[in-house]
Amino acid sequence: KILHKTDVVGFTCFGAEFRRFSLDRHKPGKFEDFYKLVVHTHHISNSDVTIGYADVHGDLLPINNDDNFCKAVSSANPLLRVFIQKREEAERGSLGAGSLCRRRRALGALRDEGPRRRAHLDIGLPRDFRPVSSIIDVDLVPETHRRVRLHRHGCEKPLGFYIRDGASVRVTPHGLEKVPGIFISRMVPGGLAESTGLLAVNDEVLEVNGIEVAGKTLDQVTDMMIANSHNLIVTVKPANQRNNVVRGGRALGSSGPPSDGTAGFVGPPAPRVLQNFHPDEAESDEDNDVVIEGTLEPRLLSSLRADPRHSLALPPGGVEEHGPAVTL
Amino acid sequence: MMKFRFRRQGADPQREKLKQELFAFNKTVEHGFPNQPSALAFDPELRIMAIGTRSGAVKIYGAPGVEFTGLHRDAATVTQMHFLTGQGRLLSLLDDSSLHLWEIVHHNGCAHLEEALSFQLPSRPGFDGASAPLSLTRVTVVLLVAAGDIAALGTEGSSVFFLDVTTLTLLEGQTLAPGEVLRSVPDDYRCGKALGPVESLQGHLRDPTKILIGYSRGLLVIWNQASQCVDHIFLGNQLESLCWGRDSSTVVSSHSDGSYAVWSVDAGSSPTLQPTVATTPYGPFPCKAINKILWRNCESGGHFIIFSGGMPRASYGDRHCVSVLRAETLVTLDFTSRIIDFFTVHSTRPEDEFDDPQALAVLLEEELVVLDLQTPGWPAVPAPYLAPLHSSAITCSAHVASVPAKLWARIVSAGEQQSPQPVSSALSWPITGGRNLAQEPSQRGLLLTGHEDGTVRFWDASGVALRPLYKLSTAGLFQTDCEHADSLAQAAEDDWPPFRKVGCFDPYSDDPRLGVQKVALCKYTAQMVVAGTAGQVLVLELSDVPVEQAVSVAIIDLLQDREGFTWKGHERLSPRTGPLPWPAGFQPRVLVQCLPPAAVTAVTLHTEWSLVAFGTSHGFGLFDYQRKSPVLARCTLHPNDSLAMEGPLSRVKSLKKSLRQSFRRIRKSRVSGKKRAANASSKLQEANAQLAEQACPHDVEMTPVQRRIEPRSADDSLSGVVRCLYFADTFLRDGAHHGPTMWAGTNSGSVFAYALEVPAAAVGGEKRPEQAVEAVLGKEVQLMHRAPVVAIAVLDGRGRPLPEPYEASRDLAQAPDMQGGHAVLIASEEQFKVFTLPKVSAKTKFKLTAHEGCRVRKVALATFASVACEDYAETCLACLTNLGDVHVFSVPGLRPQVHYSCIRKEDISGIASCVFTRHGQGFYLISPSEFERFSLSARNITEPLCSLDINWPRDATQASYRIRESPKLSQANGTPSILLAPQSLDGSPDPAHSKGPDTPEPPEAALSPMSIDSATSADTTLDTTGDVTVEDVKDFLGKARTIPTSTCPARSWSAGSLAPAWPLNIEPRLLTCRLHWDLLSCPA
Repeated sequence: KILHKTDVVGFTCFGAEFRRFSLDRHKPGKFEDFYKLVVHTHHISNSDVTIGYADVHGDLLPINNDDNFCKAVSSANPLLRVFIQKREEAERGSLGAGSLCRRRRALGALRDEGPRRRAHLDIGLPRDFRPVSSIIDVDLVPETHRRVRLHRHGCEKPLGFYIRDGASVRVTPHGLEKVPGIFISRMVPGGLAESTGLLAVNDEVLEVNGIEVAGKTLDQVTDMMIANSHNLIVTVKPANQRNNVVRGGRALGSSGPPSDGTAGFVGPPAPRVLQNFHPDEAESDEDNDVVIEGTLEPRLLSSLRADPRHSLALPPGGVEEHGPAVTL
Repeated sequence: MMKFRFRRQGADPQREKLKQELFAFNKTVEHGFPNQPSALAFDPELRIMAIGTRSGAVKIYGAPGVEFTGLHRDAATVTQMHFLTGQGRLLSLLDDSSLHLWEIVHHNGCAHLEEALSFQLPSRPGFDGASAPLSLTRVTVVLLVAAGDIAALGTEGSSVFFLDVTTLTLLEGQTLAPGEVLRSVPDDYRCGKALGPVESLQGHLRDPTKILIGYSRGLLVIWNQASQCVDHIFLGNQLESLCWGRDSSTVVSSHSDGSYAVWSVDAGSSPTLQPTVATTPYGPFPCKAINKILWRNCESGGHFIIFSGGMPRASYGDRHCVSVLRAETLVTLDFTSRIIDFFTVHSTRPEDEFDDPQALAVLLEEELVVLDLQTPGWPAVPAPYLAPLHSSAITCSAHVASVPAKLWARIVSAGEQQSPQPVSSALSWPITGGRNLAQEPSQRGLLLTGHEDGTVRFWDASGVALRPLYKLSTAGLFQTDCEHADSLAQAAEDDWPPFRKVGCFDPYSDDPRLGVQKVALCKYTAQMVVAGTAGQVLVLELSDVPVEQAVSVAIIDLLQDREGFTWKGHERLSPRTGPLPWPAGFQPRVLVQCLPPAAVTAVTLHTEWSLVAFGTSHGFGLFDYQRKSPVLARCTLHPNDSLAMEGPLSRVKSLKKSLRQSFRRIRKSRVSGKKRAANASSKLQEANAQLAEQACPHDVEMTPVQRRIEPRSADDSLSGVVRCLYFADTFLRDGAHHGPTMWAGTNSGSVFAYALEVPAAAVGGEKRPEQAVEAVLGKEVQLMHRAPVVAIAVLDGRGRPLPEPYEASRDLAQAPDMQGGHAVLIASEEQFKVFTLPKVSAKTKFKLTAHEGCRVRKVALATFASVACEDYAETCLACLTNLGDVHVFSVPGLRPQVHYSCIRKEDISGIASCVFTRHGQGFYLISPSEFERFSLSARNITEPLCSLDINWPRDATQASYRIRESPKLSQANGTPSILLAPQSLDGSPDPAHSKGPDTPEPPEAALSPMSIDSATSADTTLDTTGDVTVEDVKDFLGKARTIPTSTCPARSWSAGSLAPAWPLNIEPRLLTCRLHWDLLSCPA
């Protein structure tokens, strides 16, 4: 069959078995049909399987409804790698995850007892998701402040906020004083910052990646934030102080229901709280500069190809069609 | 955050000490021509010249290398300056009607200019000059009489006041009111009118009691100060200027109608109504005023009449002219900028019968021109300093350190052939005062400036005086539109007036495409590359003989068949074909034309390989200039980048900028508007303003200045601009074989590394065989933060930067360690990173922007020698940020060492113009015409060290109770310098000390007078302007005696000692000073 340009070539992998198939990028069809196609091509129609795919960043993400199936097909360029696991294997694997997950699942189970249960939303396992934001250092930061980490895995989503100059009132040895400060002035709808619900307009920015912004100009703070944008940690003093994390393990949200509607949140607005994130973790997704070796060393080349993160995170125009530069 | 805490290393005392021996920040000297000069003075006895500026700076120049700089506390225009002849003292008048007395004082053998006294004229508002004749209104002229002890001040209100110069106090009761003069004036002249402001005051050369006073309305009076009566009266026209003849029997006056008149003094005491001569030199049509006139007689007979202005109003009213008339010879010197003032260098001894002027010095708005009046034809004397750097606007600059003597001599000789010295002239530079104490520079430094008109100027930057050596013009290679226009215009002009073009200031560029963007010079082969605005890359070679030859042209298309792009910018320059004559000097060999003809943004030269690499906003290319063949062209454009395609970057940028600026303006006007309302005293106005504010809708305030936080994306505009290019012999393929490589960095954080196949030169042969050079892409690095790459350098196994071409092969530098372990340092605007080679993986890094919020503007690797140890030196990375701070980092560890604030962050052009030298100095433009030189090295400092023989009986009592301050430290553009290291604080920069092995002691240094300025700039415990009595000081000393004396055993001083003495009142401020120092020296 001759593939059209809009088609997606898929490879499914079940254990050591590989199958090849093609899909129309614009009309991928329903998840049900795809599921049937997969179990049919692998001749495993009798067993219950979970289907996942490797996204552009090399992360394994689930395919379990029409939406994420569409997403998977549309993001394939043009190769779509699909991984199939038996359901019981997948479950077993997840049991090995941290206790935090387990606790959360228990919590989720409690909540699911409501009328929502009937909707039977099939939500993937926690480890199938990657964090987009977190509140960190809760034990170090004063209760009135919030240290927010925005994970930006090279995704297309904009960080999506603006900052401005302003004045804040501080308690100093000389009494209350008005001091210049930096504030969040605007959120871009649909941006990363807005979708986390952890930052809001008029929050005062106190630190950027551990460095105080006091005494720095708006332009300096802008440069600092952009320089740290791949792993931005901002300490803010929220304009709305009612949603603060309360220390001592009390339940979240006990200080009243959230007043601002947090768009983008399906479940409870409780953000994921990490106690003491590790410095290693911060370093791990530091800016890894992409190095492409020339044709001089084919060995390195193959090792590079093995890592989809490297090959695919390249700017589209950066390496195309030029002599020895590698096209992957 | 743990990782930030770990980064802060504990202060290692040994390292701190070493840092003090290596690094020190000093702003040492200002090169070039003072920006916006406003006053001129000359001391014929000491042969020194002073120039005052509109920003309140005073600069005194003598022999080359003798320079003094001072800055008035208030940035007011210096309107007049007068030397107290032979005393090394200078009286300056500012436009805020304050008088300041400056002294050249010696500290430890070196002279400095210091402000000794100032005097604010008591202003009495509400009276005008006529109704209150005795009030001291605005001073119009100043005359020093009685050997400089008394100053006569002519005022707008027609009175003449007298001032005791030693104390700067008014001599009450001696004031000459216009009434006294009017008594001697015939009634019909008086007719109820005022005399007008005093326009001129001139002293009699031999009889100090006689003063020639000229009033604006035209009355000239010879006033006898001894007998307090009027000796002579002349009735003339509206007066501009006056001058005595040498024998005092004649007086020359110049007038606002363009005429001058000669008056004879001999006729008795009755008012003289008619001058002996009255002419309008450029008549008969209406002429402009003659602003200043000088009359100088000569032993050989006749006299010089030199005057400025007086040109026919209609035809030449816009010219800036000085006319020199001697007997029948008239020359109209036609300058390109406004005339500030002029003087003649002539004999001033009273016993001499003749002036015999040797030279005429004319200070113009943009340059200083000196003419030799003793040589027929009055040729111009080339100035050894005060060069107008901006004769065409500076577009780029580069510094070449340690120039070999041979190349130096060749450049100097090429420069001499360019502008032949007037051999017949007996006169060299006439301003020769003072002695330069600085040691002969240990190495020759060459500063290259590229200009808008396509010239590259070579300057001797080895010492304090920046001397022009040679000028290279690239315009001759191209056909420009405005050719021969000048010569045609010249021919069309009449012979009258006899214009003669003088001076070199010519800000008008024939063609903006000629502008020089990048310059690189190889000091060993005397080859250089000059790259311009229209994508032209010229490879030149120094030749000692003129030749006539054709220049071969090669065209390289950097777009490499990319489709869908159209260049909407300027066209390329069309080169002239056929053999062209080239004078001795740098002669072009090859012209490489980039297409599209965008401005060249980076260039580098490797003479050993005969390769030149160049980059524009579209890509980069590599050219083999030996075989005259292109090797490589690579497009760096991002497909989405449409802006770069459309034309010159400036247009795109300026649109953005102008939008931003207009927003800022709106905001500013709103703020200032509020202020005005608050200042208004009227309550009604205030209420109105409040009403207006309430009425104004608040949503205007709701959109404040905000900044978007978004990481750079790959398709940002102008991402393809090539920012740096670099050649290195290093390991790119594998760890065993090194070879030629070329590196290119772009605006979007991409680095391309090419392995080059350069045929090896035969043993002993200069040139390599005629084989093609090949380039293979070896590595491509995409920095994740995507910030523009500003510099790339390869470090050898010992962590030192690789030497320049030929440096190692000619045993001029230590050969690099080629045993592997090379690393590449990539500096982006946001961070520095060292990667290992050949496998590129990050080794060390410093994220400047993430830490400090500042961005890198300029970086350079520099060698810092220690002051303590003769042969200890470290290679460090010097970096200038967008905030104007200079940081120094260790290499390859990339640890921050020191940082200083250097340039005001608002001074964008200053920051953009900064260039570092190889030995820890730097230059930046403080005005279009001046480079400030600074040094980061504690050892390598180029600053004026000079002395002046002053015959001034210094009065002990008055010398020691004066408030002194050191003027050089703050510079003409008013940036207070922040001083950190011992050398900068040391007031005794004697050469022995700076070179010597003794370690500087900070506590001792803190005592020095130079530190005061830094202390006062931060916080002052004493009012520096107020009167400090001796008692005050003693009181203070009583409280604080123990601290200062115990910390400065090295200096002994007592309250009674004078000479280079410490003024007593320095003492209290010492404390603030030390505090300040401590604050600065804590680890950053």
